[in-house]
Amino acid sequence: MKAIISVIGKDNVGIMYNVSKVLKDCSVSIEDVTQTILKEYFTMLMVVRLDEEKTSFSELQKELQAMAEREGLTLTVQKEEIFDAMHKI
Amino acid sequence: MAIYKDVIETIEMLSKENLDIRTTTMGISLLDCFGDNADRTAQRIYDKITRLAADLVPTAETVSSEYGIEIVNKRISVTPIALAAATQAEDWIKYAKALDSAAREVGVDIIGGFSALVHKGMTKADESFIESVPYALSETERMCSSINLGSTKSGINFDAVKMMGPLIKKTAYLTRDNNSFGCAKFVAFANAVEDNPFMAGAFHGVGEAENVINVGVSGPGVVKTALEGMEGAAADELAEKIKLTAFKITRAGQLIGGEVSKRLGIPFGILDLSLAPTPAIGDSVAEILEVMGLERCGAHGSTAALAMLTDAVKKGGIMASSSVGGLSGAFIPVSEDNRMIAAVEDGCLTFDKLEAMTSVCSVGLDMIAIPGDTPEDTISAMIADEAAIGVINNKTTAVRVVPVYGMKAGDKVDWGGLFGAAPVMEVNAFNSSGFVQRGGRIPAPLHSFKN
Repeated sequence: MKAIISVIGKDNVGIMYNVSKVLKDCSVSIEDVTQTILKEYFTMLMVVRLDEEKTSFSELQKELQAMAEREGLTLTVQKEEIFDAMHKI
Repeated sequence: MAIYKDVIETIEMLSKENLDIRTTTMGISLLDCFGDNADRTAQRIYDKITRLAADLVPTAETVSSEYGIEIVNKRISVTPIALAAATQAEDWIKYAKALDSAAREVGVDIIGGFSALVHKGMTKADESFIESVPYALSETERMCSSINLGSTKSGINFDAVKMMGPLIKKTAYLTRDNNSFGCAKFVAFANAVEDNPFMAGAFHGVGEAENVINVGVSGPGVVKTALEGMEGAAADELAEKIKLTAFKITRAGQLIGGEVSKRLGIPFGILDLSLAPTPAIGDSVAEILEVMGLERCGAHGSTAALAMLTDAVKKGGIMASSSVGGLSGAFIPVSEDNRMIAAVEDGCLTFDKLEAMTSVCSVGLDMIAIPGDTPEDTISAMIADEAAIGVINNKTTAVRVVPVYGMKAGDKVDWGGLFGAAPVMEVNAFNSSGFVQRGGRIPAPLHSFKN
């Protein structure tokens, strides 16, 4: 199943590391990443694929949110279908 | 990387512009629960609802968190209870309490369907049901009631209209300690729809399946933001933009509704895209009219702007999903829309202008506080006017007014939460009794020869 992760936070060393570490621990593979610095804010979008037999969506969500809270980031993780439904005919 | 632009747009809609699934409403048929023994009927109503809706709230919450889109309310609509054909007030109250406690048990905030369909005539059961409504509303917490008084096919049941003023005034009195809040849970309809997921007027029509999931999507903030960058654009360009936005919102609702229905193993019914305001800042329909270029909602031009908005929302929704139903359009509940409240306070939006706007919005006179001493017949007459707009123009109309006990025009009443706060509006003080008291029936209108 594919999910899309968005991360926004004050630019700091190791944001990418922190996010990918959680993903690694949950056995989630990263399929695509784009990131940029908008003013002093780090903004990143990631397309990831997760194997629900290894990690459930809610578990991944919990781990990511815990990390985001620790690091002071705003993070969302949503299943990909919502974007397809809204933007593709 | 085009997808990233879309992702950012969706995240903005969800986080800043209050795009949400306003309600996931489970429709439950109770026809097989009705019998001749009131206690047994009440027990069967309670059992069926708590059995079928047990997983509604947790399932909706899981889906909501996985897609990152909030499902604000989880609700239930049931078969119009008046069909249970009881004849004593206390039996109706038993059914009302069964609905209320079932709602509490499964954790939904509102259950709708304490309703009667009397658009052509009333049975004995309907008459005693109508008399029981004020008591049922004052003795329950989560239950909503509605009555359908007219239809384009059959005209307006004026005998029933005559009973509405006393019903509403009595409800206002019985719930006087709570700012007459009982009236906010009662709707008088014309051309009521059977699959509306929005409260207070939802019920599960007799033409519906055993059990369905209906979804109501909202997002006035999203439409407002979409129009904000369009200074100087022509009206048709605005309409096009509203259509595109409505399309996206509807698709989100379709996905979520489908998912909830799949997980519960209950068929998907309809999707209702209605721009439904809440008291939150930026979640206002009146503000869309302001962005279109009106100084305040209620100024001349408001009816035209609202007509275009409602129509464009319906068009976008119908393109996005084959299951569009319910009311679909734009709601104008006064107390639930902070810009509408401002317009009333500034003296721009009056009762009469609201009535005009209801001829093009998707419902009717909604959540309007009126003086507590408004005569019963005046309230019935308001309902007659509104029903006439619906019946003649082949649309759903409704009245949800609250004659707030002890308050007069200019006072402000606060019900809190989603129901908001409202200034008490002035109503026409001239007498309508002679007309209302005639009763009878206003015949069905002509369907051709329209000018």
